[in-house]
Amino acid sequence: MYRDHIVKPRATDNPAFMALTTAVIFALALFYGVGDGSLARLMGPIVLDLQAPLMRNIAVAGTLAVTLVLNLFILGRFALRAQVITVWFELLLLFLLFFDTFDLSYSFIASKVGFMITQGVFTTVYVSTISIAIAFVLALMGATARLSSNGFAIAIASFYTSFFRGVPLLIQIYLIYLGIPQLGYVVGAVPAGILALSLCYGAYMTEIFRAGISSIPRGQWEASRAIGLTPFQAMTRVILPQSMRLIIPPTGNQFISMLKDSSLVSVIGVWELMFLARTQGRAEFRHLEMLITAAVLYWVLSILLEAVQSRLEKRFDRAHR
Amino acid sequence: MNQVVTPAAAQAAVSIRGLQKWYGDFHVLKGIDLEIASGEIVVVCGPSGSGKSTLIRCLNLLEDFQKGQVLIAGNPLDRDAASVAAIRRQVGMVFQQFNLFPHLTVLENLMLGPRLVSRLNEAQARALALEYLERVRIASQADKFPGQLSGGQQQRVAIARALCMKPRIMLFDEPTSALDPEMVKEVLDVMGELAQDGITMLCVTHEMGFARRVADRIIFMDQGQVIEQARPNDFFDNPRHARAREFLSQILSH
Repeated sequence: MYRDHIVKPRATDNPAFMALTTAVIFALALFYGVGDGSLARLMGPIVLDLQAPLMRNIAVAGTLAVTLVLNLFILGRFALRAQVITVWFELLLLFLLFFDTFDLSYSFIASKVGFMITQGVFTTVYVSTISIAIAFVLALMGATARLSSNGFAIAIASFYTSFFRGVPLLIQIYLIYLGIPQLGYVVGAVPAGILALSLCYGAYMTEIFRAGISSIPRGQWEASRAIGLTPFQAMTRVILPQSMRLIIPPTGNQFISMLKDSSLVSVIGVWELMFLARTQGRAEFRHLEMLITAAVLYWVLSILLEAVQSRLEKRFDRAHR
Repeated sequence: MNQVVTPAAAQAAVSIRGLQKWYGDFHVLKGIDLEIASGEIVVVCGPSGSGKSTLIRCLNLLEDFQKGQVLIAGNPLDRDAASVAAIRRQVGMVFQQFNLFPHLTVLENLMLGPRLVSRLNEAQARALALEYLERVRIASQADKFPGQLSGGQQQRVAIARALCMKPRIMLFDEPTSALDPEMVKEVLDVMGELAQDGITMLCVTHEMGFARRVADRIIFMDQGQVIEQARPNDFFDNPRHARAREFLSQILSH
């Protein structure tokens, strides 16, 4: 966003605003009845000694409201970057506290996490990487076909994108895994999963590539033609390198999305992260432990990919620095 | 550049016969007949919408046309790939919006055509590119990206890029119309030097001072037709056609 230069007083310095916020938090906490929850236990004997439920409720809600508003007041004084980092960590802490109330067995997680990474994360990453690479090629061909003046190519490409964007990925996975053997070829679960993911994401990315290519001004094509480049040379040397700048960010997005959608191939028995999350906890009824572990691992992978994406973006942006 | 007079050079560099073009129902070019001699400098002027840009864009088939014939150095402009490629090798073009390749450096912009079309090796292409950058007086900017240059510099790079293909004919499509006023001169100066080197030039421009100084012939177009052709002094001092007089009075009055 483009920031204006108008100076506004800080909302956290406004007594009316702060009082209102305190009142709202207090009222919500009171209404919810925090006095009976784990928060009261956390606050310890002082509160628990209060026998009257209403008094206990008021005490806990009041403490909560004052703490939060004080936090808000202090954060309001921070510089932007410090604000972002602090709020990030506070939210993370809240998240962890939330998971902690599930009464998880950390020793069980510790005993399984190694296998989750070496088998699960590894499979997830390699299935996604191969799929995104194939999808990239499919998208390039699809977009070129859609933008060509060849009737067959346009029809095949638009049929392809229409079907694979229009049918749920889960159904595609089943169709490929169960359908291809009808033709006489038995496909393994991993190749079938990779095929389904590539085809589906190739269809989505066809549209991304098409938009990227069409957004390059016509003058670039004309200049290429005027110096005598063939259409293929114009595409590969002039148009595509410029489109990449526009294509990379949404493609990174698609990759992150695919990383998580690859969990769908667990239904055909690929031993990736999601499959392990469902199966490893089964014997000891520790489902939530494994699901949360998988969630964290997916999240960490996505954060790593975001970093890779931003580096790629910088690289393709060299002319615009 | 092409100063050796060969039989091919002696004949018309560009020959346009009965050229007609429609955009849908709109009749843009209503039968153009034009002969341009080798080495001749022709300025095409006229009110906007008169079809002058469309006309020169037909000469390297950036625009298609429905009727008539175009010959470049005696070779007919057919629609097959080989013929178009041959014509485009002989015809260089400079655009109003420069159309430099923003993802390549200045030097890379110039080397692309020589490498891919003329099949020169890296060193030859680089030497050629530097030679032409020198001629448009911008060699010091060779490693910059187009976005880092001023409009006038960008247009000079665009001229050098076209020259690197060693064309016989240069087409200029309003080369100074997108420039800030103080940058017009540096581009016109380069074009004037080019004209003295004997290359055939066809310029669509509103720069009447340039036209008077450099052109061998002025072509005035209106509503898809060539209304008047004359030597610059005759055209500016004594336009025969009423519409040409009106156009000149409007463009020169401010």
